[in-house]
Amino acid sequence: MQAFEYANPTTVKEATALLGASWDDAAILAGGTDLISLMKEGVYTPKRIVNIKNIKELGGIGRTGSNVRIGATVTFDDLLTNAVVRDFPALAEAARGVASPQIRNMGTVAGDLTQRPRCWYYRQGHGLLAMQNGKSLVPDGENRYHAIFGSAPAYFVSASSLGPALIALGAKIKVAGPSGNREIPVEKFFVVPQNENAREIDLKPNEIVTEILIPTDKAVKSATYEVRERAALDWPVAAASVALKMNGNNVSSARVVLGHVGPTPYVASEAEKMLAGKTINAALAEQAGAAAVANAKPLSQNAYKVQLAKVAVKRALMAAAGVKA
Amino acid sequence: MANYSWPPMDKRRVIGKRTSRLDGPAKASGRAKYASDQNLPGMLYGMLLTSPHAHAKITSIDTSAAEKLQGVTAVRVIAKPGTEIQWAGTEVASIAATSESIARDGLKLIKVDYEVLPHVVREDDLAKAGNRGKAGGEQVTGDPDEGFKNAAVTSQGTYGIPVITHCCLEPHGLVVAWKGDKVEYWPSTQAVSTVGGDLAKSIQVPVANVHVQMDHIGGGFGSKFSSDLWGTEAAQLSKASGGRPVKMFLDRETELTIAGVRPSAFAKVRIAADKEGNVTAFESNSWASGGFGGGGMPPIMYVYTKIPNYRLNHTAVSLNAGGARAWRAPNNPQASYIMCSALDDLAASLKMDPLDLFVKNTPLTIRPATYKRQLERAAELIDWKKNWKARGQNRDGYMARGLGIGVATWGGAGHPSKAKTTIHPDGSVEVELGSQDLGSGTRTVIAMVAAETLGLPLTAINVKIGDNTYPVSGGSGGSTTVGGVSTSTRRSTVNALDKLFEKVGPALGVPADQLEVTDSRVRVKNNPDKGMSWQQACQKLGVESISEMGENNPQKTEGLNTGGASGVQMADVSVDTETGFVRINKLVAVQDCGLVINPKTAESQVLGACIMSCCGALMEERVMDQQTGRMLNANMEFYKLAGINDIGDIVVDLEVIPENDQRGVIGLGEPPAIPGVVAIANAVATPLACGFRRCP
Repeated sequence: MQAFEYANPTTVKEATALLGASWDDAAILAGGTDLISLMKEGVYTPKRIVNIKNIKELGGIGRTGSNVRIGATVTFDDLLTNAVVRDFPALAEAARGVASPQIRNMGTVAGDLTQRPRCWYYRQGHGLLAMQNGKSLVPDGENRYHAIFGSAPAYFVSASSLGPALIALGAKIKVAGPSGNREIPVEKFFVVPQNENAREIDLKPNEIVTEILIPTDKAVKSATYEVRERAALDWPVAAASVALKMNGNNVSSARVVLGHVGPTPYVASEAEKMLAGKTINAALAEQAGAAAVANAKPLSQNAYKVQLAKVAVKRALMAAAGVKA
Repeated sequence: MANYSWPPMDKRRVIGKRTSRLDGPAKASGRAKYASDQNLPGMLYGMLLTSPHAHAKITSIDTSAAEKLQGVTAVRVIAKPGTEIQWAGTEVASIAATSESIARDGLKLIKVDYEVLPHVVREDDLAKAGNRGKAGGEQVTGDPDEGFKNAAVTSQGTYGIPVITHCCLEPHGLVVAWKGDKVEYWPSTQAVSTVGGDLAKSIQVPVANVHVQMDHIGGGFGSKFSSDLWGTEAAQLSKASGGRPVKMFLDRETELTIAGVRPSAFAKVRIAADKEGNVTAFESNSWASGGFGGGGMPPIMYVYTKIPNYRLNHTAVSLNAGGARAWRAPNNPQASYIMCSALDDLAASLKMDPLDLFVKNTPLTIRPATYKRQLERAAELIDWKKNWKARGQNRDGYMARGLGIGVATWGGAGHPSKAKTTIHPDGSVEVELGSQDLGSGTRTVIAMVAAETLGLPLTAINVKIGDNTYPVSGGSGGSTTVGGVSTSTRRSTVNALDKLFEKVGPALGVPADQLEVTDSRVRVKNNPDKGMSWQQACQKLGVESISEMGENNPQKTEGLNTGGASGVQMADVSVDTETGFVRINKLVAVQDCGLVINPKTAESQVLGACIMSCCGALMEERVMDQQTGRMLNANMEFYKLAGINDIGDIVVDLEVIPENDQRGVIGLGEPPAIPGVVAIANAVATPLACGFRRCP
């Protein structure tokens, strides 16, 4: 690991002042479960590390008005042990999918949203877009874990476990920077980078995610279903988070968001439209699954992920609506 | 004449009793010191620069900038200009520095120019291997063409099991230091007695000048016998740095890339039977690769070797990838995979329960009665007749269930081993062997044998292993250790005890051969009241300790150990037919290993092997990238191994029965690591009603 400077601020203001104009100037350390491995592998070599775990205002879970506020440094374990979070089964289930007590104890909500992709070409030093001689290595390479909703130049998948659930629940992200705060829907926070220097999130090098706001609505039922290759800690190969606003037994509106299938969480609007005004049953859930993946463009080795994404949508819908298989 | 035979089953007090491993608390608490825990004053950190290219020629190498870096004490060129690199990860240069980070910075300053050459890193499609494939010639017995022509049913399939790595939790490496012309060497090794000689040869010092010490090892699985190139480099770096200790352990990526793999094996198989299910003909066209050296033919036909008509062809495929090393039961898991997959498919073609087919054909095996008994026992433990249903018939919604069978054979006779047992006048006892405990419980077994022989509690025995100044004992490979060390320990301890009896006999007024030991007492046979305590007996030695040697000579084991282990494993799995996710419900292992010294650690050996089989069957594989020529999953994130929730209920039956016990001790490292992968694969194939025929 390359030597670095270490800063330990106690306020957000101090922290943003310690960040730099470029990503190489400084990196934020929270749980460190991703950052440290990137630094050890030499993929990322920031000059300064800014530890934000001692900033009290970034912690805590609580109700504020019609929202639940989740601080940036709240851990997966905090999510799973907090009664308030039980109102959002989609979020709790996504947190539970991180099947390692160590990572659940250390990893944070903001870290989950800002972590870098797990693409093995990227992690081996070929860059975020895995370009070689002007062409991505992914389409003709080992792409079993890559995007089925990707297109040149980005074929990696967003690694976020919580992102799809937060999008489905209509959450917003609050970000602090040197010139003040801003608020972004989680859906808009994830972006597709078009060049090697861009990031896959809407965050500037001198900004910090401070909190997440999730609207509370008793009429909303939600669920997440993940498919992983192993029961132990593993990145899902496909996941679906759904949130259904109910009117009696009918769905008045639906959010269906897929994870680990594209460079950003994929909002399956075709499936959402199909569900509006209907009652969920196994057949409808199956159709919605098929609609969700209708536009998938699998690569040479990952057509299997289309089936998994489809099943994930079906099972998440049935779980949210409480329908048995 | 000393009597070395094992005491009868009903007379044993220590052997055969479930005994916790002696080093368990030290390991569980972290007090156990591994070679990688060795930190010495003034120690330097050694590192390797490896080739990023899978096939290339080195055109120039310049180490001058690295040599000038503050903190770097030595830099060595391993691959000189002109060297042709044959796989990514090949060692190019080495460096020693006062810290890991300086060593890493130093590596970045070494400038290497390569002429990149074309590479081939994948072998799963033989058609794409081109001139990398080398056919090994055909073997024919009987008349296979006639055999297939006359058969009632012929089944065919293509079966494949990929390259996997050893993935030792403690990577390969060592600490080494020069003291004058002597070398102190702390390796992570499976061969304490011989690895010093290996290093001595490569650094050109007399064998006696290399002192090896190793108390614990964090996994070897067959990959840690030699001193390796990094051993040589670390020793030379130490020498070039004035003898300062150098620690060199491979990082995870290098460990997975160059420290050994289990070769792949693929085969197109045809197998035929008459209408009763008797197998009559077999044909295989197999190919395999374990790296640049190609890959040998697995021993197919496997276990069912007496098929009357067969034709075998094999092609070794040379790849630009890190080379093979012995991996628990070299080539046997592959052979079992191919053979048992083919038998399972044949049973489906015959519309026959595979258990019946496996049992019916036991006359074709090397030990018919044993395999029949084991198949029946395993079937009972997994409740086969109740739980097995024909392919595609066992479904509950989208979940389907299947059962599968795998079989194994192995040698496992003891290796050459010498032991020294010392009885001191104060009553303390030491047993010394230049052996090693791979985590399998060797220490405990040695202590149990000595305690049994001397009538003492386990705690009275001080086992000294892990040092090449102790009597020479073989490397731990091929399931040879337990037979070797138990026999040599038994003999040295009987010899020492006989000497003690010679001293004690006169005091008790009987000839030495009239004495026996039990419950820490030396007493007269047939007159148990006449005797003395162990302490009193040892005081008769005066000031001189007794030290006696004992040996296992594989040509003359006198029934203390033997070879020829059989095993059967059966798996019960549930498959999510919508996602392909497999849950292992139960894995049953019936394993013959002769006389079982410690049932607890023996079972633990089998459990470990079964867990490795869960990994191999469901998730473990080396992923090579043809574009970059590199291994993409050389880390423990994407080199997938099972976690606790991925392993089902594992049931072990060691067949502790008189007919096995009479055979003497048989090693257990390899055999249980053979049949699990195919048992699981066959179980998965059953519900899917299709050819799931490539693992994972």
